Amino acid sequence: MAEVPEKATCVVIGAGIVGNCLVGHLTKLGWTDLVLLDKGPLPNPGGSTGHASNFIFPVDHNKEMCLLGEQSANQYRDLGLSVDSGGIEVARTQERVDEFRRRMTSAAVWGIEAHLLTPEQVKELVPFVNTDIVLEGFYCPTVSVVDSLETGTQMRNEAVNGGCHVASNTEVLDIITEDGPNPGDRTVKAVVTDKGTIETTYVVIACGVWSNRVANMAGARIPLVPAVHQMADVGPLDVLAETNNEIGYPIVRDMDTFCYERQSAGSMEVGSYAHRPIFHHPDEIPSNEEAALSPTEMPFTPDDFDLQMEQAIDLMDMLGDAEIKYAINGLLSLTPDAMPCLGELPEVRNLWSAAAVWVKEGPGMAQVVAEWMTFGYPRVIDVHGADVSRFYPEERGDDHIWARSAEHFNKTYGIVHPQEQWESRRHLRVSPYFSRQRDLGAEFFQARTWERPQWFESNADLVDRYEVEGREVEWDARWWSPITVAEHLNLRENCGIVDLSAFQVFELTGPGAVAYADYLAVNKVDVPVGRSIYTPWLTPDGGFHSDLTMMRMGAERVRIVTGVFDGGRDEFWTRRHMPTDGSVSFANITDQITTLGVWGPNAPQVIGALTSQDLTQAGFPYGSLLDVELDCGGRTIEATLFRISYVGDTGWEIYAAWDDGPALWDALMAVGADYGLRPTGGGVYSLSGRLEKGYRLMGAELESEYNPLEAGLARPKVKAAPFIGKEPYLAAREAGDPEVSMCVLTVEDQADSRGRKRYMQGGNEPILTQDGRRITDSRGRVSRVTTAGPGPSVGRHLLMGYLPAELSQPGTDLQVMYMNELFPVKVAGTGPVFDPDDSRLRG
Amino acid sequence: MLLVVLEHDRGAMDEAAREALTFGRSLAAQMGMPLHAALIGDDDTDQVVEAGAFGAEAVYTVVNDALADFGPEAWGEATAELIRRLEPGAALAGGSERGNEVMAQAAARLDLPMVANCVDVQAGGETGEWTMTRQQWGGSLLEDARLVSERPLLTTGLHTVAAERAETAASPSVEAVEIDLDPLLTRTMVKDRVVLEAGVTLSTAPVVIGGGRGVGTAEAFAPLEELAAMLGGRVGCSRAVTNNGWRPHSDQIGQTGTRITPEVYIASGISGAIQHWVGAKASKRILAINTDPEANMVVRADWAVIADLHEVIPAIAEEIKRRRA
Amino acid sequence: MRILCCVKRVPAPGARINVTADGLAVDATHLGFATSPHEECGVEEAVQLVERHGGEVTVLTLGLPEAAEQLRYAASVGAHRGVLVATDGSAWDPQRTAAALTDAIRGLEASEGPFDLLVFGNESADSGGFQVGVRVAYALGRPIVNGVKGIEVDFEAGGGVVRARREIDGGFEVYELPMPAAVGVKEGINLPRYPTMRGRLASKKLEIAELASDAEPGGQSLVRLHRPRETVTETEILGNGPEAAAAVVDVLEELGVV
Repeated sequence: MAEVPEKATCVVIGAGIVGNCLVGHLTKLGWTDLVLLDKGPLPNPGGSTGHASNFIFPVDHNKEMCLLGEQSANQYRDLGLSVDSGGIEVARTQERVDEFRRRMTSAAVWGIEAHLLTPEQVKELVPFVNTDIVLEGFYCPTVSVVDSLETGTQMRNEAVNGGCHVASNTEVLDIITEDGPNPGDRTVKAVVTDKGTIETTYVVIACGVWSNRVANMAGARIPLVPAVHQMADVGPLDVLAETNNEIGYPIVRDMDTFCYERQSAGSMEVGSYAHRPIFHHPDEIPSNEEAALSPTEMPFTPDDFDLQMEQAIDLMDMLGDAEIKYAINGLLSLTPDAMPCLGELPEVRNLWSAAAVWVKEGPGMAQVVAEWMTFGYPRVIDVHGADVSRFYPEERGDDHIWARSAEHFNKTYGIVHPQEQWESRRHLRVSPYFSRQRDLGAEFFQARTWERPQWFESNADLVDRYEVEGREVEWDARWWSPITVAEHLNLRENCGIVDLSAFQVFELTGPGAVAYADYLAVNKVDVPVGRSIYTPWLTPDGGFHSDLTMMRMGAERVRIVTGVFDGGRDEFWTRRHMPTDGSVSFANITDQITTLGVWGPNAPQVIGALTSQDLTQAGFPYGSLLDVELDCGGRTIEATLFRISYVGDTGWEIYAAWDDGPALWDALMAVGADYGLRPTGGGVYSLSGRLEKGYRLMGAELESEYNPLEAGLARPKVKAAPFIGKEPYLAAREAGDPEVSMCVLTVEDQADSRGRKRYMQGGNEPILTQDGRRITDSRGRVSRVTTAGPGPSVGRHLLMGYLPAELSQPGTDLQVMYMNELFPVKVAGTGPVFDPDDSRLRG
Repeated sequence: MLLVVLEHDRGAMDEAAREALTFGRSLAAQMGMPLHAALIGDDDTDQVVEAGAFGAEAVYTVVNDALADFGPEAWGEATAELIRRLEPGAALAGGSERGNEVMAQAAARLDLPMVANCVDVQAGGETGEWTMTRQQWGGSLLEDARLVSERPLLTTGLHTVAAERAETAASPSVEAVEIDLDPLLTRTMVKDRVVLEAGVTLSTAPVVIGGGRGVGTAEAFAPLEELAAMLGGRVGCSRAVTNNGWRPHSDQIGQTGTRITPEVYIASGISGAIQHWVGAKASKRILAINTDPEANMVVRADWAVIADLHEVIPAIAEEIKRRRA
Repeated sequence: MRILCCVKRVPAPGARINVTADGLAVDATHLGFATSPHEECGVEEAVQLVERHGGEVTVLTLGLPEAAEQLRYAASVGAHRGVLVATDGSAWDPQRTAAALTDAIRGLEASEGPFDLLVFGNESADSGGFQVGVRVAYALGRPIVNGVKGIEVDFEAGGGVVRARREIDGGFEVYELPMPAAVGVKEGINLPRYPTMRGRLASKKLEIAELASDAEPGGQSLVRLHRPRETVTETEILGNGPEAAAAVVDVLEELGVV
């Protein structure tokens, strides 16, 4: 058959829903000389798109997945390749009924029509449901069924009309890279196929379940595993055939059995996420010739499906006597954290991933990747959770991918708490204090790979001392302890020690280090040695890529300290934009440095017991760094003290050599005993402490859709030096007051309709006007809770969220929805609710 | 002597018999033995002469009331008895339905091994250790087999050897062999033959016109029906079509529908999903009509027209009308 | 009526057949397993006969314990009983297989009475030996016809007969076998039903009788499996629009279908 072109701008590998939509979107954005390859035939090359159930339930608690699903649904609709079938999730358990309250809340925030149905109402819509076992229904009229194959074909044809070369039945044999531009870097050079070699600037891997294998050809990894989703097509069923329609009844998701029933013309497709996790290495997937149906429609293993059959018959008796006409172990892609893998791969420049994407998000995610490649960042919405560079090396191996995917597969329809912790693959990274913390009864939460204490059982005595009340509703109290409130109050009264070893620490060195650091940051990094700055890093469009601390360690040395959730993205960003003239070197020194925070009114006495250094504000002002020798039980430890606080009380971050950590901890704990020093967990550091101070968190308050003005992080002046995102930032400043502002709100009454005190979790709960309307701005950004948590020192449950100017005045009365109930809230303002003038930080 | 059992239907020699004679001739040469043939239920000269033309030096005829028409048990017993008496070095038949069946009957009666559908045989010689290559999986796979036997019974894979007459025809000696056959064996003799009326089914139609998603609506199948009627064929469809309710399931070609074996399958607007291909691949020839030159059906077809079926199908019908007129 | 069906578990046909590295078996990794298609039709035919005439269908297979899946599958579409002759999973030659099945059937008939009809597949989808059914029927003294694509049972005629149809060019032959009889059926005799969900669930409760066999190997053994050389079809493009109609009709005339 046809040869492939010798040269291309971009080769997209994989002609499933993602690859097809990607070449379509790239063409719309002006790309030319595109090549689309697939080893299979068209229009169905045999990947997961070909056997997808093709329905989209619009409500998802996750913002990225929900909005990209909506974006995708709209693209299908615009092509006329979508039917609104409606869909009902049915509850068999009280726990699911409660979850439906949370789903109603998520529907409300994203503006999706949804209704709770009585069993009788369920029966009206789907008469063949056995409502004796149904407690309630959650109904979305806009659930849609789409034609993903035809959508892919039309998007591909659009690209072909723009000059894209399509080569089906063309297998990629290798991806060739070349070294550079910086030491250790590699860049894409060519794609080798069985029909010839294509020299290309960009390569995008949109190979679905084969993606990791193709990435491996370039020495890169896309952490996903091909996993079985069982599906059986049963029929014929007269009641369905009589609709004379591909889909005449709403889709039913039997949430508590993790199954769905979806009409397909005269038969019913029963799909399951309930069976044991069944994974395959990409090499175990057959070729098109070797597959009886298609490579991703593997032989059905009926034993794994028997329970689901029984449950399906329980729900729809008629299914029992219909024939199982077609049943498959269909393959789809799972990742360790159940999020897609989008963006440029950190291992190889210009090698991109558009993988682990399902039909329901395909067109939207293709658009995201196309925009990312074109503009340097996606424009639709922020996708930091799907950014493939988020993964640490420990998260890219098969052991991790398989274990985590196995753990979350059965949670596909599960009820997953926002704070839910993983059970598998724990203790991948622990701090030097891990054994000490464990002995103190630390409850560890895992931040990507790092274990961090959330609270310490050893502080249980403080609960009585501060008379901390418990939480009445189990959901609110899950993954929470009153100890965390007590630790907060103790820190405010005495002091606390916080393990910050999960900080990701990089260093830039060389003659160009400071200038490059300034190029990354909004705020001026070229400060005197020994000073630090807190600064946003912007996207080319002027939104947030990150926020972090940069320290001028020397004339030609800048340290970057960022949070553990963003270490992968920030490291990649830093390396990716580095000058290619050799003037800057990059090092990740996370493994060499341990960090402890000591904060609270007594912090100066505690630190003062280890050093004779002047610790007064005058001698050691806020934001400054100082190398000191700490006398730790007769042993001298060299450390860097950094006067900073993320919790709102005076104190220091102490940076020391990793190996010195245990001695430092012991010394601080020993001298701190007299000053009320308690080990203090992430519940204070990451939540209550920062909330009372209104400190923003990347990924919650800070996203690429928002700029520093809106986030309240703009400085009075803009530095002269160039930096990424400067022009849009300047333009935003010139445009005047921001349309929305980040605010802190207080919950005025936490009692629900049953008189129970409720605690919002910070899971995108909608902030509504007093008459119950959604609040959106001119760009469609909705006001929602970005963080929620206790404010123990102000006696209020606190929320953060963006509000339009007219609603952001202190004292404005609004409402928040939680679990489908409304609670009165009041705007506190854009600044801290605790110690608004920062007297405790600087006093 | 190598004995070839000739398949025929009431005196008309079957192509499988010619193939077996051709194969047997070279095997006999390899064994250094003469080629002989057995004619069961017939002693007609035409078949004897034809066997000679293929190199048979002797023909044994067995005629008996129990062999008045084909019957596997009587034919099998006659074959077995001939082998008992003649003690050939091997016996061979064509790998047709009857050939395999008669040889299996003979093998059961003689308690000898039988190797069906051979494509290559290395004779055992003194040691009696034969090796052969035979078909498995309907010819999708080949098996090298070993056989320890003084007198193997073999069939040749149907149509794996082209019938070819000997360079010099033999004038076979004819020996009529008297065999007493138990009348009970007629219990499996053909009792009746039924000639089918006109009207073809999807699975037996000589021409099938398939329509896929590309047809668009139920009504748009009318031109396909018209063309099928002109060609004495039937209309079939892909799963997408039945899923859309455009045609009944009985028209579906594929894994979950009918498997077709026409002389030519005209697949129009069918992408060629594997599910469909499984049902279509036994077609002798395939002509694909599709707008996508990369469609699976196009790639696998013998001929293709890259165009919209809604234009091409009526044009073909017009062309046929024109030529017939 | 009492019907016995012999079925074989084979790698599921329908895709390219690969061979294991040692050449001794089919690599079923991507295929999964199924009942050999002729035999699947045999079970369907037996179930239909019993639905019409009453009685019971017993299904017999020979193989590894996994072959019980084929018995359960048969039960899920209406068979009543399952019998497994256990083997070590190695490829048994046709003579040995036939001997083992014969012994098993003799045993079943000795304890439960004779079967009116034995149903075999014309040949197995994998090894295709074309003889097991014939050997078993002969050993048991039953009449057998292969290639059967239609069965009718007539209890009135001559103490009960099985009328079997076999396809020939332009029609079919009719055979009339006195019962007890045997047939080798071919795919196309019926369209086998798929199991219902309830059928599948009920089949899990099927009690499977296990038998052992001391049948001796025959003379044939497997040396190696290999794939024949592939033939590639080159697609000839006849045109790019309705003007290709003339070329299409030329082809159809050449094929003799116009």
